[in-house]
Amino acid sequence: MLQRSDSRFREAIGSIIYEFRWLVADTSMMAWRNLMHYRRNPETLLSTIAGPVMFLFLFNYVFGGAIGAGRDFNYIDYLVPGVLVQNNLFTVMNTGIGIAQDLQKGFVDRYRSLPMARSAVLGGRVCATTLVSFASVYWTLAIAMLFGMRFHGELLPVLLMPLVVAAFCFAFAWVSALVGVTVRNAETASAATFFVTIPLTFLSSTFVPVETMPGWLQAFAEVNPVTHVVNLCRNMAQGGPLESYAWVTAFWIAVMIVGIGTLATWRYRRIS
Amino acid sequence: MDHAIEVRNISKSYGKVVALENVDLNVRRGSVMGLLGPNGAGKTTLVRILTTLLKPSSGSATVLGYDVVRHARHLRSYIGLAGQSAAVDDLLTGRENIHMAGRLYHMPRRHVKQRAQDLLEQFDLVDAADRSVKGYSGGMRRRLDLAASLVAEPPMIFLDEPTTGLDPRSRLELWDVIRDLVSGGTTVLLTTQYLEEADQLADEITVIDQGKLIAQGTADELKHQAGSEFIEITVRDAEDTKRAASVLDKFAENDECDIDTEARVASIMVEDGAPLMVQIVRSLDAENIPVANMAVRQPTLDDVFLALTGRTAEEAATESEQDAN
Amino acid sequence: MNQPVQIQDRSALGELASAIAVELRWMIADTAVMTWRNLIRYRRSPELFVFSTVSPVMFIFLFNYVFGGAIPTGDLNYIDFLMPGILVQTTLFSATQTGVGLAEDLQKGMVDRYRSLPMARSAVLGGRVAAETMVSLFVACLMLAVGYIIGMRFHGGFWPGFALPFMVAGFAFGFSWAAALVGASVRNAEGAGSLMFFLVFPLTFLSSAFVPVETMPGWLQPFTSVNPVTYAVDLGRSLSQGGPILTNAWPTLLWTLAMALIIGPVAVWRYRRV
Repeated sequence: MLQRSDSRFREAIGSIIYEFRWLVADTSMMAWRNLMHYRRNPETLLSTIAGPVMFLFLFNYVFGGAIGAGRDFNYIDYLVPGVLVQNNLFTVMNTGIGIAQDLQKGFVDRYRSLPMARSAVLGGRVCATTLVSFASVYWTLAIAMLFGMRFHGELLPVLLMPLVVAAFCFAFAWVSALVGVTVRNAETASAATFFVTIPLTFLSSTFVPVETMPGWLQAFAEVNPVTHVVNLCRNMAQGGPLESYAWVTAFWIAVMIVGIGTLATWRYRRIS
Repeated sequence: MDHAIEVRNISKSYGKVVALENVDLNVRRGSVMGLLGPNGAGKTTLVRILTTLLKPSSGSATVLGYDVVRHARHLRSYIGLAGQSAAVDDLLTGRENIHMAGRLYHMPRRHVKQRAQDLLEQFDLVDAADRSVKGYSGGMRRRLDLAASLVAEPPMIFLDEPTTGLDPRSRLELWDVIRDLVSGGTTVLLTTQYLEEADQLADEITVIDQGKLIAQGTADELKHQAGSEFIEITVRDAEDTKRAASVLDKFAENDECDIDTEARVASIMVEDGAPLMVQIVRSLDAENIPVANMAVRQPTLDDVFLALTGRTAEEAATESEQDAN
Repeated sequence: MNQPVQIQDRSALGELASAIAVELRWMIADTAVMTWRNLIRYRRSPELFVFSTVSPVMFIFLFNYVFGGAIPTGDLNYIDFLMPGILVQTTLFSATQTGVGLAEDLQKGMVDRYRSLPMARSAVLGGRVAAETMVSLFVACLMLAVGYIIGMRFHGGFWPGFALPFMVAGFAFGFSWAAALVGASVRNAEGAGSLMFFLVFPLTFLSSAFVPVETMPGWLQPFTSVNPVTYAVDLGRSLSQGGPILTNAWPTLLWTLAMALIIGPVAVWRYRRV
């Protein structure tokens, strides 16, 4: 008896490993496809590349003098983590737009008739946009250092900071994916994600300290997950307490991946 | 088990709209089944159910012995689908499209590479293989779509209106490709709006209208139901039309002669047109009726439809649209 | 008009004058028709309307509430400082529609139809410019109303304050001709749109519109202080909040006239040669 259930257990584990291997293979295949799109259509990367340059210039040089006046930090040091998070959230917004496009074109029918893992279609998009945004973190940091930004934090947190940004973007890409499978129309998806991202990124500590905002706005900015991840990255880069921001950020990342990711996959499966 | 597809009493409805009603269908292994019907008849719905994209409201179906609902995941490894909206990625090259499909069928990498090359050769796409699909013509896209669906050499393949929207030459090319496929022993289910296409490619034809199967048989059998062949005589002068008709009446087998004075056409339905032609010409000549044109015409889908349902295919399509609205 | 007119006596001169009068009358009538057509576009295409009204209001909120607290502006409240700047910025952005719309018409071959009609050629451009100027005036008034609700006040007297939206629309009118030139030259809606964006973005942000020029780094200040947008914004600020009006009025007027009277004819000339 015991032996039998043991072998059944092993079989179950084996089939899980087998499934998981295919999930990874299918997802990387789909991610490859989406990365090829960027390669063939490099102009889609324009906003990812030009965006941080524009924002860093505008906020550092044009507004920075006024915003940074009389504060105990160098404004560019304050600004960079915010621009990193903001620009990359805009980049991963492409996830949902791409998914909506595939659904619109009837492309998904082909995928659904294949013996591949269904979640790979979404997962591939999510991974591709996350990879792009991860690369853009380093690009943005290079520009920022050219503009005079310097790290003052400890080595390990500084090195880990790009990973935090990427993890948050990965999680947020699932939100975008959910929007994509729900609206199923590229233009609507783009408008809908825009209206989610603009308030999230601007009504946060991205550009100015939350204390300078009116009280009612502070209330929102303080619970805004973007504020927490930006503050975490800022303190990783410049030194400062990490723990409280880290917990909240981890919580939001988990919620978005597990909760919203599952919801998005479920909605995708139910499409007919 | 000699049936590749067995459909038992399948129905599918969307709210009040019934897309399929109590459909039964068997397709022999290695044969080509043509599913013929106008727009909105339910062809695509049936294909989507059989390719596991859609769950039926009731009834059951098996493809290659796998239940389309319970064994959906397993079944997907053994079927190929080439749809109306050629599902190829514009930004990838032809080769990359086939490669991606192969990998998603979970074929080993090296095997896919060889297979892609073979398919590109077979489908005459070698020259364009490494260009992105954006620049492909409509016919090339369909061929590539078909190639991608064949990459895993599935024993069962579904072609949903493979030539709709193609120019006549591309259509002929695609027909050749499909014929090759069939000679390799693959079972094919093909949907089409053209009787000619079904006639050219299919061993057996099932006619579907408003979600119901209304006839089944070989192309010849169906044409018989529609009245075999038509002989059409166009006279030179309109006043001769009636006289020509009375000549033709003598040769008519069941119905009377149809007259269209304005077009100067008189036509009859016969079993076998060619041998009669000589006699008809002689009789017309004897009556001194100058002829502008004469032809033996195969029945079209319209004729079959007219015979089976009392309406033309076009009328049926408009009705379906109204129903859907 | 094209026939050579020999001026021999008074009656010939009178004929010429009346011919000019007829042409002018038709030009005005044709321009009015084109203006009407372009305004209808705003009514029929809700996205355009929302884009040109909702996003300016969003900008007011963003700058006032999110950034405003962190930007010191001396004696002025930030909202008082901001409103003239954001009015000029928004109306300039909306004036770029002149060029985008024109390029779209050229792209679609719509203009071929107009050119085959016995209408004044300049009316196609004039109608666009007039329509966008009206939209600018409307948007400026709407934004002032929103600004007033969230705390902006006039401190420069009634008439200067009253003049503010008209002055802003006038400046946008001048800029519309520059946009028309871009549209007539590029002839591709997307191309015109992005070119215009790269023109208007630095013009409006590297100015006194959102922060005092003195707070910017030294190397930026030479540009910001000769930037026509800075003059227009400073004039708007003087009108609404009190201050020296004339010093900023002259350069603003000069720029506006230069754009309308020099770039305008160039735009019409380019359009005729399409």
